[in-house]
Amino acid sequence: MTDIDAIYRAESRRVLATLIRLLGDFDLAEEAMHDAFAVAMEQWPRDGLPENPRAWLVSTGRFRAIDALRRRARFDASVTDLAKRLETQVGHASSAAADSVEDDRLRLVFTCCHPALTPDAQIALTLREICGLTTEEIARAFLTAPSTVAQRIVRAKAKIRDARIPYQVPAQADLPDRLDNVLRVVYLVFNEGYTAFAGDRLTRHDLSAEAIRLGRLIVDLLPEPEAIGLLALMLLHDSRRAARATPEGDLILLDEQDRSLWNRDQIVEGLALVERALVSRRIGPFSLQAAIAAVHAEAPTAAATDWAQIVGLYEVLLRADPSPVVELNRAAAIAMRDGPAAGLTLIDAILSRGDLADYSLAHSARADLCRRLGRTDDARAAYEKALNLTKLGPERRFLERRLAGL
Amino acid sequence: MRYLCLIYDEEQKLNTMAKAEADQFMGEYFAFTEGIKQTGHYLGGEALQPVQTATSVKVRNGKVSTTDGPFAETKEQLGGYYLINARDLNDAIQVASKIPSARIGTVEVRPIMEFS
Repeated sequence: MTDIDAIYRAESRRVLATLIRLLGDFDLAEEAMHDAFAVAMEQWPRDGLPENPRAWLVSTGRFRAIDALRRRARFDASVTDLAKRLETQVGHASSAAADSVEDDRLRLVFTCCHPALTPDAQIALTLREICGLTTEEIARAFLTAPSTVAQRIVRAKAKIRDARIPYQVPAQADLPDRLDNVLRVVYLVFNEGYTAFAGDRLTRHDLSAEAIRLGRLIVDLLPEPEAIGLLALMLLHDSRRAARATPEGDLILLDEQDRSLWNRDQIVEGLALVERALVSRRIGPFSLQAAIAAVHAEAPTAAATDWAQIVGLYEVLLRADPSPVVELNRAAAIAMRDGPAAGLTLIDAILSRGDLADYSLAHSARADLCRRLGRTDDARAAYEKALNLTKLGPERRFLERRLAGL
Repeated sequence: MRYLCLIYDEEQKLNTMAKAEADQFMGEYFAFTEGIKQTGHYLGGEALQPVQTATSVKVRNGKVSTTDGPFAETKEQLGGYYLINARDLNDAIQVASKIPSARIGTVEVRPIMEFS
């Protein structure tokens, strides 16, 4: 019955989020949700769709869970109390009203991304519980064993239960830090899908798509400027997907990409979101990176890029979120604005501090500037250094091509 | 729910504090303890003598063996604890983050195992 399939896709995560709150247990809630859908498969084709399928599913799931607990209680006295408590709870079906359901989804987001869980566990739990991916799908996307992912999820759920990580949206005072953490998890998922060319590319693309879906969910639930900025950043990066590699999987740098392959819909949406994030006047690192991506997206050709604006944005970013990598990017932008010599001075200064000595992209950026200055020997040495520091196939092939072209 | 907040400090750092600074630090501890008594979080808490007073004891094959020093040599040492009552982990983290040593050392928060 296609109706049930569609409802499952649209509602199962919402139903799960509410059942976790009502039942106070991830596993119990998951079981209850599947039970509820099983009953629906049986009843709906016969009796027709209920008026409010979501509320029906929540209340059916809850009653099934109580039934199951009661049956278990005959063998185990300790669950009797739980079953009784659930029955007397005022959490009847009307608690599935729209706004509290959205609250439940936000609760689920903050619980899965709780900083008391390891980052790996936060990612696995988020993809499992919020996105509804299976353990096998998560394992394939992260090139790990399903048993490793399963164990991470089991441990995380045990910690949520035993250390009593609450199922709640954090208090206002903690919200900025906790939201940062949620956004970091989403961005990690996105980058895992976006940067890695190795392995099964199709499933990894799915990971970026999941991250964008998560980003949309968070913007819907909690439209904070940085959440909007992150969604913009992901869309603008993802818009270049078709242009950033050859069919053989070789890297194509931004200035050599065929811009007609960029996804216009994603760019239009991303640009509007950047604007929305910037007018808030509470501008964070994700919004600034999105603004930089927006300047690139707006340039009709690489040569027409507004490098002065990009340098200015990197300067603000460097103040908001200082890091050697941001410094390196700023140096590369200055090289585009003021010429390779100016950029090279800055990159040499960063490298001489030892900060990015093991970072292949720092050496390949340096090599590129030396090449443009006609310092062929220096360029060769720097490309070779970069080559020694990376194992990624596409990046290695790119460096080898550059070396051969010197 | 009860949680134990284990306070890890670098004793070296505490020992080299100027007197005025050390006095202020102790003052913050008194104020913190007073504060969590008022909010009802406080169940107990003590500071420990320095780690060189520690003795580790174990029994193997019925034989007691005693060694000088803590169970594990680490850069930061267990210097004290609070036993608190908190609504949930978020509440416990709130309390732990206000322990003065959290700023210079680390506070480990552990839920108490309840045997019902």
